[in-house]
Amino acid sequence: MINLVYNEMVKITGKRRLVVVTLIIAILISLFTYAQFQQAAENRKRFGDVDWRTALEQRIAGWESRLANGSGRGDEGELEMRIAQQRYYLDRNINPSEPGAPTFVRGFVENGITLLLPLMMMIVAADLVSSEHSSGTIKVLLTRSVRRWRILLSKYLALMLSVSIIITLFGVLSTVISGLVFGFQGWDAPVLTGFTVTGGELDTSGVRSLPQWQFILMELGLAWFVSLVVATITFMLSVLVRTTAAVMGIMLACLIAGTILREMVESWETAKYLFMVNLELIDYLQDADPPIAGMSLGFSLLVLLVWGIGALIVSFVSFTRRDVY
Amino acid sequence: MTGLAKMADQEEITLSVQGLRKVIGKREIIKGLDFELKRGEVFGFLGPNGAGKTTTIRMLVGLIKPTAGTIRICGYDLHRQFPEATGSMGCIVENPELYTYLSGWGNLQYFARMMPGINEDRMDEVVRLVGLSTRIHDKVKTYSLGMRQRLGIAQALLGRPKLLILDEPTNGLDPSGIREMREFIRYLAEHEGLTVLVSSHLLSEIQLMCDRVAIISKGSVIRVDTVDNLLSQQEKVSWRLTPLAKGELLLRELAGSAEVKGDKVLTPYNELEIGRWNQALVESGVTVTEMSRRLPSLEDLFLELTGGESID
Repeated sequence: MINLVYNEMVKITGKRRLVVVTLIIAILISLFTYAQFQQAAENRKRFGDVDWRTALEQRIAGWESRLANGSGRGDEGELEMRIAQQRYYLDRNINPSEPGAPTFVRGFVENGITLLLPLMMMIVAADLVSSEHSSGTIKVLLTRSVRRWRILLSKYLALMLSVSIIITLFGVLSTVISGLVFGFQGWDAPVLTGFTVTGGELDTSGVRSLPQWQFILMELGLAWFVSLVVATITFMLSVLVRTTAAVMGIMLACLIAGTILREMVESWETAKYLFMVNLELIDYLQDADPPIAGMSLGFSLLVLLVWGIGALIVSFVSFTRRDVY
Repeated sequence: MTGLAKMADQEEITLSVQGLRKVIGKREIIKGLDFELKRGEVFGFLGPNGAGKTTTIRMLVGLIKPTAGTIRICGYDLHRQFPEATGSMGCIVENPELYTYLSGWGNLQYFARMMPGINEDRMDEVVRLVGLSTRIHDKVKTYSLGMRQRLGIAQALLGRPKLLILDEPTNGLDPSGIREMREFIRYLAEHEGLTVLVSSHLLSEIQLMCDRVAIISKGSVIRVDTVDNLLSQQEKVSWRLTPLAKGELLLRELAGSAEVKGDKVLTPYNELEIGRWNQALVESGVTVTEMSRRLPSLEDLFLELTGGESID
């Protein structure tokens, strides 16, 4: 089996998939680092070198004025929650955005989990099986003295390995690149997690303080899980659909539909069982307000797990039974 | 291989197919095939496009699951003992599709990792056997079709198979490539003792390369026989005569049947009678300017057996 997985890795690297993904991630990180650096410089120019407390107070004041003049447009609840949360930080004298590489990584993983990371997984997973069909190599692969389920399992294990490599690269690259600009301090800065809502009020009874590095590891863990599920679903499509372009198209449509649906789902409750609505796992750690009532971290993990297992079962059943023409 | 050794080996059956059927939807594509292949023979699988050749071959190599029937390779049931059965078989289905972004050597390494007991020496050996030594470390995408075909064969031979299944092995090759491939297949059968199953719609190819042929049409085997047997039944003599009409009439009386084809007359071949016919012709004033034995092509044979169904 190790040999088979090794073979699959040879193919993934032979097609330069990991190199492409690494390059895309590196370029994007450099871009965002530069953008944030510019923004920080701009802020300093406009407001002077202010203390973080003053900056945070200004931000809260801004939200409050938006709330007061009614320009929140239906987001009043969320705004109120955010204000309460930031006040909580302020009261405990904790800077929620301590400058430095760790803060950048934290924000970047948080933003990347819904679209960027799933897209990277797609690049690797989309042609894992379908390319064997379109290039005809499926015929040499399936006429070896190896049973089909072992072939597919080796492909899936190689995919898991690639997902892990990409997540690690993502963490390491964003740390290194942003660290070169912002410095590497702030690993121990506290991050508060565990806010809940009870009866429209922010409940801080379950709030715990975590050092930032631990929080980032949690984030990366969740990102790994989300990526693996998206990769598994892409893998299933790659088994079912024989052209890579179609796999990419379907998956892209799902992911984009997910980002749109998340904005609209409040009125469509059953949408919470769709995998693409449940990708924002990290939000549960920080934000209190779920997109649909009844969604929680546990719920989303479960939904994703069920989708992942379902996709795997479909892949294996289809791959081992299908006639190859 | 000496005659004696060949006779002893003929007992060994490397591929046996019994009652093989395939139904797709409501259409029966393959309607019950039975045949057996013996060690060291080249077996031709001949039929027009759409006769079910490719479907059958794909069932033999495990790509398509038969609806009914058994396939045994070297005694192993293909369905129940898949790893053992495919381990004794090497194949190229249609074009030799390989990983073009790897080198030839990289491809062989890849395949070697999927079979037990293949080391670098064996890889070197097959590379030398197919004559790819000089280019083996180049990327496959730079290979010509002929070279890909050779690499495909190298890959098929890597696991020391007893049975080699080649689907249209000469497809797309130039004439010298076709000739080389033919000689190579004969070499494998005669000197390495491999059983080779070759499918083709090119009758001339099968005729030159195979010991036995199965003729398949519309999903059934119409006939299995040695190439020699099939041909000798159809052997004819062609005569060039002046005057033609008179000669034809005379030959029809003598040989029982005669037909005019162009400026020649065709009659059945009869070794004992043919001299007498010639004499009779000359005596009645017909000049015989040419007289030749004509081996029919399998094409003629095929048309006769299938009742005029076209080849392509």
